[in-house]
Amino acid sequence: MRSIQKYVRAESLEQAYQLNQNRRSRVLGGMLWLKMGRGPLGTVIDLQDLGLDTIEETEEGFSIGAMVTLRQLEQHPGLNAYTRGAMAQAVKDIVGVQFRNLATVGGSLWGRFGFSDVLTQFLAMDTTVELYQGGLVPLEEFACRKPDRDILVRVHVEKTPGVFRYQAMRNQRTDFPVLTCALSRVSGEYRAVIGARPGRAMVLRDREGLLAGGITEDSAKAFARWAAEQIPTQGNLRGSGAYRTHLVKVLTLRGLKELEETGRTDPWN
Amino acid sequence: MELKLNLNGRNVTGHIDPGTLLIDFLRQQGCVSVKRGCETANCGLCTVLMDGRPVLSCSVLAARAEGHRVETLEGLQQEAADFAGFIADQGADQCGFCNPGFVMNTIALLREIPEPTDDQIRAYLAGNLCRCSGYDGQLRGIRAYLDSRKK
Ligand SMILES: Cc1cc2nc3c(=O)[nH]c(=O)nc-3n(C[C@H](O)[C@H](O)[C@H](O)COP(=O)(O)OP(=O)(O)OC[C@H]3O[C@@H](n4cnc5c(N)ncnc54)[C@H](O)[C@@H]3O)c2cc1C
Ligand code: FES
Ligand code: FES
Repeated sequence: MRSIQKYVRAESLEQAYQLNQNRRSRVLGGMLWLKMGRGPLGTVIDLQDLGLDTIEETEEGFSIGAMVTLRQLEQHPGLNAYTRGAMAQAVKDIVGVQFRNLATVGGSLWGRFGFSDVLTQFLAMDTTVELYQGGLVPLEEFACRKPDRDILVRVHVEKTPGVFRYQAMRNQRTDFPVLTCALSRVSGEYRAVIGARPGRAMVLRDREGLLAGGITEDSAKAFARWAAEQIPTQGNLRGSGAYRTHLVKVLTLRGLKELEETGRTDPWN
Repeated sequence: MELKLNLNGRNVTGHIDPGTLLIDFLRQQGCVSVKRGCETANCGLCTVLMDGRPVLSCSVLAARAEGHRVETLEGLQQEAADFAGFIADQGADQCGFCNPGFVMNTIALLREIPEPTDDQIRAYLAGNLCRCSGYDGQLRGIRAYLDSRKK
């Protein structure tokens, strides 16, 4: 375990932000990733008293506090009704229940991890992150930024009419994914979000209009083939680049067919 | 710094460093059922209940437990005794090292889902690794316990 000089339970976001301006300070999410790093830490800042551990649902969308755990995402009836279970599907194999009771949405998105199931699924939805200083930033833009000394306060998901489908390939349940793949059709726009390439998840839109006429066996195959060409992959100890590219094709095709099926029984919302 | 929490129904106070992990504090308090396996949040051996929810005590700062309720196997002997014998009867415990974590998480499972299916049992216990058994014995043991309750 890394040595820690000081532990502070922040009484306000302003206090947390000020403390976090020191280079050696860190905001605590679930601490699961933070703990694995090297070197001593200065002040660790706990946000547990700031009421950021709830998911609020309105007609328009969801407001998810940074301290909400992955287990809360998995079990939230509203989020899972909106995503047709894709949210639970995305997190259910992340280590175990005890782990998901600790790991937070804030830490997961702040980390912008290449392997992240969480980032992959949130990119498939209309998601905005709320930063204490930086205000509201679309997640797609935030995911490309370098971490700074701001604080992620909440995550907002609009209930844009849509259908979602989440899949990940793992060599073994509870291991890091070899590839993550979230497909969605949000307000008529198709998105394929592919992560664990092993680089950070990227969003692919149907620029070529391959799915403009809807999902058929042929259009799904054409889109899956095109996606495999567009998404850069590399090898690491979990799989080669060529294997990952093959998975992009297979998971995209499978996911599109399932999207189409969901859309038929539940006409695109 | 000073730490006050409720441990197995008792209010306890202790002195900790800011970086003390919950597992170390609990062991200092005599709760030696809480064991260290991987220390990388992967194996589930260090499972305790915090405010009723199973968490990995190797990955929680003791300071974060201030004002919370923590339960370890020492405080849940009766609840554990109900099903632990069924697991032993299946020969699921070999070296037995994983057992405290399995038992703690099984308690959490049965509180949350009193009549779990086999798939729900597998999913809930997926974060508890066992090097010896292949997991079938534990599953059979829990199933035998659930069946015995119906009789
Ligand atoms: C063994 C292991 C296996 C894993 N497997 C998977 C997997 O299969 N799939 C997957 O998607 N993920 C996986 N993860 C990642 C995990 O799900 C979390 O995303 C990760 O642990 C970070 O979340 P945390 O709450 O623990 O954050 P922490 O570790 O506490 O924080 C991570 C970073 O974010 C900063 N931070 C935290 N909260 C905030 C905030 N509100 N504002 C600003 N900065 C903040 C911290 O200072 C730190 O730098 C794994 C992690 C581990 C350790
Ligand atoms: S020792 Fe905590 S998960 Fe392995
Ligand atoms: S019985 Fe040996 S690790 Fe499980």
